[in-house]
Amino acid sequence: MSTEKHNIDQILVDMQDRLCAFLDESDITEPLLIGIHTGGLWVAEHIRQTLGINSPLGELNIAFYRDDFSRIGIHPHVTPSSLPFDIEDRHILLIDDVLHTGRTIRAAMNEIFDYGRPASISLAVLIDRSGRELPIHANVIGKRLELKATEHVKLLGPEPLALEFK
Amino acid sequence: MTLNNIQLDNNGRLKHFLTTEGLSKNLLLDILNHAESFVSVGNRAVKKVPLLRGTTIVNLFFEPSTRTRTTFELAAKRLSADVLNINIAQSSASKGESLQDTLQTLEAMHCDMFVVRHGSSGAAHFIAKNVSPGTRIINAGDGNHAHPTQAMIDMFTIRRHKPDFSSLKIAIVGDILHSRVARSEIHALTTLGVNEVRVIAPRTLLPAQVETLGVHVFHDLGKGLEDVDVIIMLRLQRERMRSALLPSELEYFYSYGLTEEKLRFAKDDAIVMHPGPINRGVEIDTQIADGKRSVILQQVSHGIAIRMAVMAMCMGSLAELSEEQS
Amino acid sequence: MKRLRIANGRIIDPANHTDEIGDICVSNRKIVSVADLAPDFKEDLKIDASGKLVCPGLIDLCARFREPGQEHKATIQSESFAAISSGITSVCCPPDTHPVIDTAAVAELIQQRAESVDLLRIFPLGALTHGLQGEHLSEMLALKRAGCVGVSNAYCGIANTDVLRHALEYAHSCDMTVFIQAEDHFLSGNGIAHEGAISTRLGLPPIPETAETVAVSQALLLIEQSGGRAHFCRLSCARSIALIEDAKKSGLLVSADVGISHLHLTEMDVDAYNVDCHLHPPLRSQRDKEALCQGLSSGKIDAICSDHQPHDDDAKASPFGETEAGASTIELLLPLVLDLVRKNILSLSDAIACLTSKPAAILGLNTGTLSPGSVADIIVVDLDKHFTVERTQLRSAGKNTPFHGWELNGLVTQALFRGRLVYQSKD
Repeated sequence: MSTEKHNIDQILVDMQDRLCAFLDESDITEPLLIGIHTGGLWVAEHIRQTLGINSPLGELNIAFYRDDFSRIGIHPHVTPSSLPFDIEDRHILLIDDVLHTGRTIRAAMNEIFDYGRPASISLAVLIDRSGRELPIHANVIGKRLELKATEHVKLLGPEPLALEFK
Repeated sequence: MTLNNIQLDNNGRLKHFLTTEGLSKNLLLDILNHAESFVSVGNRAVKKVPLLRGTTIVNLFFEPSTRTRTTFELAAKRLSADVLNINIAQSSASKGESLQDTLQTLEAMHCDMFVVRHGSSGAAHFIAKNVSPGTRIINAGDGNHAHPTQAMIDMFTIRRHKPDFSSLKIAIVGDILHSRVARSEIHALTTLGVNEVRVIAPRTLLPAQVETLGVHVFHDLGKGLEDVDVIIMLRLQRERMRSALLPSELEYFYSYGLTEEKLRFAKDDAIVMHPGPINRGVEIDTQIADGKRSVILQQVSHGIAIRMAVMAMCMGSLAELSEEQS
Repeated sequence: MKRLRIANGRIIDPANHTDEIGDICVSNRKIVSVADLAPDFKEDLKIDASGKLVCPGLIDLCARFREPGQEHKATIQSESFAAISSGITSVCCPPDTHPVIDTAAVAELIQQRAESVDLLRIFPLGALTHGLQGEHLSEMLALKRAGCVGVSNAYCGIANTDVLRHALEYAHSCDMTVFIQAEDHFLSGNGIAHEGAISTRLGLPPIPETAETVAVSQALLLIEQSGGRAHFCRLSCARSIALIEDAKKSGLLVSADVGISHLHLTEMDVDAYNVDCHLHPPLRSQRDKEALCQGLSSGKIDAICSDHQPHDDDAKASPFGETEAGASTIELLLPLVLDLVRKNILSLSDAIACLTSKPAAILGLNTGTLSPGSVADIIVVDLDKHFTVERTQLRSAGKNTPFHGWELNGLVTQALFRGRLVYQSKD
């Protein structure tokens, strides 16, 4: 188990640079930021401040959209999702900390569509690690990691942000 | 209290929801917290979450009820479950088919959960003991015994207005004798650790040794309401006059009806509740029912969230506990 | 004409104040000698009763064998075997059969059925009013001639007190004891459970104590006016015992019994909607149970009965309030009474009196004793034989026992009915 504190600031900077470039290329001027509980929210908050976006952050808790309810039952403490804006015809920027199997993003997109019909959804993640089980990819990546199936990476936070490897 | 053993699985999770009695404070709080999560679902464009997709939930009502059945149905549908409504009037069941036979026929349809309302106390317990393992039972009211979801709706409403249960004085007014809601509320309130629970009623409408439930008894509405934070009014049914329990609705309203004048005994910010349906001018003045202290309409909208919470928790208990995947 | 000797047992016969080790000799259906060495008696069969209790065959003041009319629950055949294997040689049955015992024909039918099974004697109670409806007197003399040992209105109270008064008077002039199950039906209403903390918590319709005590008071005053003998069946309230005691002291010819279940169970056993504990009268408070036990030990209550009510499974397979009341108890009557002895509520001799001489006196019979010349209804009991109650193993057709899982002592090893060995246990 190791914590690599120094890298996190650099990864965030890289992510933000790539994000700006992406938004330029895609011609998206007013994206709606939605962070996925809990780590994605922390990252999204950093990004929101850096990009100087004033509109509020959307918070998504995908607990009710997971595909493993029949295996693990209901989660004990669920902070409800909150999207304090109308997503109809808007460009969504979905932000998460770690992209792994892709199931979380699948659940997140299902949930977003239950709120309305966005113009587009783009995905920005701090860490993109190997082990995809669904055809999901991120538009913006902070850092790509090759990890074995038995290895895990987790974002600690909210202050200071740090990566934990197991 | 062995009634409770049947409600929980080996891991202490809610399996059947039959009564508020005997459940831990944490479990009751879990129900309220889950309901909070579900409230927002009703405010979205698509008022559904896919949590119970593929599950079949049967509303098995032996006593007619439109409002309770409708909220259970809405709750099930918001969880994306399939719903079956079966209304068995008491008389047709007595035409020959025993409760046990009815159950076996229904079980052959492989339903996952039954929401049951029945006229006999202990019916939900009986059904829970006799269904196959894996089928879940929610009590929507059994005789005079319990109406646990209604009690939790009222706890939810109270918490939204007055978050600190431990400081609250709560009065339940009316026909406690025949009220399954009152009994479930009393158990929930005492478990949640409120400061004091009072019951206010004439002697004829109080069950024997009601103090053993952990309440203080008052026969005078004014005295009983002194310093109270929450007032829960119960419905008075016409039959009570016919069974020589009360002389008239007028006399009842005079002594136990909630009016502006009586409300003044309570705290200035006391809230007024009623599990419904209301008899205006009998147990409650029409102006109070519609007034700013009344939270009666909110109780209705909270009903769906609470029922979603209880259904999700009971179905969720079928899952094996395992480490959460990241 | 078998000659039997029951050898070396501890003979307890309260009617004759006997408690000693000795032999009983039986010949030609009758007892020849008791506690006598009887060296000249040559027996065809010797039963070794060393270390065991020998006493008169038990007399159960109330058991429902469900015949005629409810043979799907039990029959005289099935229940006779359950009874005799548990030491009961005489049974009194209440008149609420279908049809009711308000004609000589039904009374004779029941006794003939018992004769043909030939394991015990059934003494029927005749109906006090026609059809038990509480309006017209039944033909009590005809019923008496047909073998009824008393009259009763069973669970159907008589609301019209004038009719009740006349029924008591008429029974008196027929020299028939009236067996009263005291209940004020207005006060009990559609009640199911004892009015108290448990019924409140479980939301079960309550039966107040006054449903019994008001009816007992009322009946006692009418008995005082009409004269005659009355027996109060299955008391359940402490207060009722006090009323009966006062009545006895003022010279009324009244007696009382208690059902075996009420001596061991209370309203607490109804908790969790245990349908096997749905009884009528209901199981009451701990205080009431203690008073019933105390009433027995002080003689205020005269006898114990089983109040045997076997049911088919369907009758108990419903939510509590929809089940039929009653427990299947006849097989456990003796072991449960012995349990009271173990708890020092009764001496062994008094316990046996409650099941033999006292019921005999109440029914006006000359059985229930081990006197030379009397009919040989005798049982041999292994007092120390331990067993666990298992509902599926009950011999009765009714498996509705509230005592499933209980650990008890006392099993009958041999039973003689009219001088014949009609039951012998396997080991």
